[in-house]
Amino acid sequence: MSMIEIKNLHKYFGDLEVLKGIDLKIEESDVVCLIGASGSGKSTLLRCINYLEKKTEGEIWIDGKPVDETEDGINKIRQEVGMVFQRFNLFPHMTVAENVMEGPVTVKNMDKTEARKLALDLLEKVGIADKADVYPEMLSGGQQQRVAIARSLAMEPKVILFDEPTSALDPELVGEVLKVMKDLAQEGMTMIVVTHEMGFAKEVADRVIFLHDGMIAEEGPPKEIFENPKHERLQAFLGEILA
Amino acid sequence: MSSIIDFFDTVVVFAPKFIPGVIATLQLAFFSILIGTVIGLFVAVVKLANKKPLTFVMNIYITIIRGTPLLLQLWFIFYGLPGMGIEIDRFPSAVIGLALHNGAYISEIFRGAIESIHYGQREAARSLGMTRGQALKRVVLPQAFRRSIPALGNQFIIAVKDSSLASVITITETMLLARQFVAATFDVFPIFFVAASYYLVITMGLAKLLQKLETKLKVGVR
Ligand SMILES: Nc1ncnc2c1ncn2[C@@H]1O[C@H](COP(=O)(O)OP(=O)(O)OP(=O)(O)O)[C@@H](O)[C@H]1O
Ligand SMILES: [Mg+2]
Repeated sequence: MSMIEIKNLHKYFGDLEVLKGIDLKIEESDVVCLIGASGSGKSTLLRCINYLEKKTEGEIWIDGKPVDETEDGINKIRQEVGMVFQRFNLFPHMTVAENVMEGPVTVKNMDKTEARKLALDLLEKVGIADKADVYPEMLSGGQQQRVAIARSLAMEPKVILFDEPTSALDPELVGEVLKVMKDLAQEGMTMIVVTHEMGFAKEVADRVIFLHDGMIAEEGPPKEIFENPKHERLQAFLGEILA
Repeated sequence: MSSIIDFFDTVVVFAPKFIPGVIATLQLAFFSILIGTVIGLFVAVVKLANKKPLTFVMNIYITIIRGTPLLLQLWFIFYGLPGMGIEIDRFPSAVIGLALHNGAYISEIFRGAIESIHYGQREAARSLGMTRGQALKRVVLPQAFRRSIPALGNQFIIAVKDSSLASVITITETMLLARQFVAATFDVFPIFFVAASYYLVITMGLAKLLQKLETKLKVGVR
């Protein structure tokens, strides 16, 4: 039973077909890196999985069940599928700890004391427990992204989707975020990561998927994808990225 | 010299006589701002829900209120509606008229502020599993509210001054008293001076209050 199974996923924006029939299976504890040129549909694919975008056609199964596509069903699914954004999107009017507590308290009605304890544990885990009571604006980008990861972990999701989690960061801050993600991967979190960090993909991913023009053009273990790319677009893409 | 003394005499004599009117002004302002803010929030949220028929109704409301004079609106409610069998007392009439008026402007202030909140905020909230309502209440509105305070303050001050129009439906507020005192004494300058001073104290106090609120809510926000 796959953690996520996508069958023949199509997505149109008006007349523009952005995803042209994606079939994808992701097993529990898999770390899958999604690569591809700008506009190839990487973000759209991630966003369809947690229904931030409404797919046009196809099926999405999560944890062995087809997603219940009612309002309530989608809210449930989003508790199981966390998302980390390129621009962090922390809530600026809440402290770091409150950001992390917000999901459990509002969505799961968790008691505040308990939620605070959970938040502090998670902040410890991502290495910024000492910043629990400051506001996000006081933090560096790398710290903010780690808070965002903790916020998503607080819902105890089965999968986390990462959409270019490090590409808004100054280069010297990328490492600390990748380290947290690597730790998560080692703990067995199922992750789909859109990234241009080929080092991370090589080291951490079980599988790399190359998206081209709304379709999966090539997929395989990182070693194969990076050392022996077959699709000419993938060769060109890697040439550009690694140049 | 004696005219200056006369001026102060009149001011001292009339200042206390204004108190009932000032109280009425404060009551009108308070209720019309409070109810107007609730109306404004409601209209803004309904409009943002993007349901065509509801949005249409809200737009008609805003268009009518913004496109006609407040004076006419107050007359219409107090003198016009009874002709259609709807009779409302003078004070509630004034509050309703002023609140509907404020509500239309405040709804546009809120709508602008809500729309100015980055969509990523809503998406982050929704992707934690929050419902639309929860995302609005917990994440979007608190930020939008803070952002709307300067414009809101402006509107509140206008609301205080607009309450003087309630004098046209014979509510004994500051402005009506001023006109009555002037008619009785012809002491135009000192009496209007007192009335103006009361309005200034109210509006400046209100401005100060809003400034405090803004500083308090500013926390954590760029
Ligand atoms: N909300 C939208 N409305 C219309 N078109 C959209 C929308 N979102 C994305 N698109 C289009 O869909 C295509 C795929 O976009 P997407 O953001 O998924 O690409 P991406 O692979 O994530 O690119 P990038 O690397 O630049 O983030 C692009 O052509 C984009 O312009
Ligand atoms: Mg993208």
